[in-house]
Amino acid sequence: MRGYVVRRLVHGAFVLWAAVTLSFAVLHLVPGDPVSIMLGQGEGADVSNVSAAQVEALRASLGLDRPLPLQYLSYLWNAVHLDFGQSYSTGEPVTTMIARALPATVSLALLSLLIAVATGVGAAIAATLLPWAPARSLFLSTTVVGVSVPSFWIAILLIQLLSFRLGWFPAVGNDGLTSLVLPAVSLAIPTAGVLAQVLGKSIRTALGEPYILTARAKGAGRLRILLRHAIRNASIPTMTMIGMMVGGVLAGATITETIFARQGVGRITVDAINAHDFPVIQALVFFAGGLYVLVNLVVDLVYPKVDPRIVVRTAMA
Amino acid sequence: MFDTQSTSATQNAHAAVVDPTVLPAQEVEYSAGRRVRRWVAELVRQPGLVLSLLWVLLVIAWAAAPTVFTSYDPIAANAAHSLRGPSGTYWFGTDNLGRDLYSRVVFGTRQSMQASVVAVGLSLALGAILGMAAGYLGRWVDDLAMRVVDVLIAIPGLLLSMAVVSILGFGVTNVALAVGVAGIPGFARIIRAEVLRIKSSTYFDAAQASGTRTLAILVRHVVPNATGPVLVLAALELGGAVLSVSALSFLGYGSTPPAPEWGSLVSQGRDYMGTAWWLTTFPGLVVALTVLAANRIGRALERTGVEA
Repeated sequence: MRGYVVRRLVHGAFVLWAAVTLSFAVLHLVPGDPVSIMLGQGEGADVSNVSAAQVEALRASLGLDRPLPLQYLSYLWNAVHLDFGQSYSTGEPVTTMIARALPATVSLALLSLLIAVATGVGAAIAATLLPWAPARSLFLSTTVVGVSVPSFWIAILLIQLLSFRLGWFPAVGNDGLTSLVLPAVSLAIPTAGVLAQVLGKSIRTALGEPYILTARAKGAGRLRILLRHAIRNASIPTMTMIGMMVGGVLAGATITETIFARQGVGRITVDAINAHDFPVIQALVFFAGGLYVLVNLVVDLVYPKVDPRIVVRTAMA
Repeated sequence: MFDTQSTSATQNAHAAVVDPTVLPAQEVEYSAGRRVRRWVAELVRQPGLVLSLLWVLLVIAWAAAPTVFTSYDPIAANAAHSLRGPSGTYWFGTDNLGRDLYSRVVFGTRQSMQASVVAVGLSLALGAILGMAAGYLGRWVDDLAMRVVDVLIAIPGLLLSMAVVSILGFGVTNVALAVGVAGIPGFARIIRAEVLRIKSSTYFDAAQASGTRTLAILVRHVVPNATGPVLVLAALELGGAVLSVSALSFLGYGSTPPAPEWGSLVSQGRDYMGTAWWLTTFPGLVVALTVLAANRIGRALERTGVEA
């Protein structure tokens, strides 16, 4: 088991190293260096106003005048220490910026995942087990609709209906639980749809397995078969997706936070993209990748608790 | 030898299971006819699928010949008619400059769909190269390709696309490329799996034993046999690409005004959320219906592919 964890950690570290290296390489290999990209595209600045001396000064202050391998090594060294330098546009350390915005996004992501899991699991069960076929297919269609609607559109519809028409929730802002509800719901819908589809499919597969027949032959009730036998086995493919779901919610937060004018990591992302603020973008890519690796590691460690057969398999591998 | 398969893209999905190198030509012909009948039966049984196909046809028609569907100019302002609600004259209402929203949606179709198709094409092409190399060559090529896929998967698709756009610069083409990059891992994985499956088949051994060259084996045996699952993924990915392209355009990375595009239409309508609900509702609805149709068709392909 410990060997397995070590292997997973090494693999995760490799993925992060590759992500950091790739983002470094791409930034430095594309035509036009970071400084001219910064000066040329940020805030519609006119390059002709900037003297060559100013460009050189900026380049030196950002350490971009050093040889590329040296830049890479120091970049890598700093990344290991979670230091991604300073934001091109605000001059603030990137890590501080992200750390300050993190609580708002984490609370949004957690509430949204909670809603997604609750509705997703509910829809999957309803779509598989309701005793009436039309009701089943109705729930099945809602899951397809869930993955098909753009989340920015859902967010706007929610604002128009629940904020402007009915005045139940504030349309924008960061304060309190009421301002969290609409963003969380609009962010949860696509995730819930994906979750419901995967879980529903797995439940249907599991219900066709011989052990379900055995359980029924032994006289187990409908609910017991579902909870004890079907869902437990069906939850494995769904758990594989949790890492992707967390990443999806974080990426979706860019849009949601923009629409609801919330100051979070998603908002920082959008601002950084608009200003071509590469240190911030690189840091965000790194943290997103790290989160994915971490969540998947945790999921891998939880598998054997759900399905004891998996321990045997990893031990044999 | 493959003439019977090339009649339509949909039939290829089923051809995946029927191996024409083994069956006599007559038998292939027969099963092709049966496949068509199964499709018709499937269509009759599923009105939702019929609607999805019709909607996709409509969207293609919008993209191909927008002028057939509307007589209004999508760009010229008409201040006297600004912010009118949906009516018989203006089906989707008008925007703040008095432009007919329905025309803007119809004319925006081409940009949205072009970007989405280019994105899926790029994902498919690069994913196929990666997946084929990994599955066919194996060894370190496989390891390397799959590690690349691991990295691409670790970064959430939308964030990856946004990062790519920030490097390439804004614009519809770059948005399409960025969305395409995020779609590579899915295709690479499925194509690798298909190659591995085909590699273990007897007709593959036969081709190799009879001295067929590697490239010929790939083109003649692997490509036609992998078409089914890849087609299913392509349909689903097209829906995803429409979503991503519209999301990136919504954030303002896509088309430059005044040229209409679905995502940017929703974004422009945001300024009038409280007064003109139609400006955000209709373009968003069109996006949702298109993605829904693509998903529906993808699932139908998947089901018939499994049954065949």
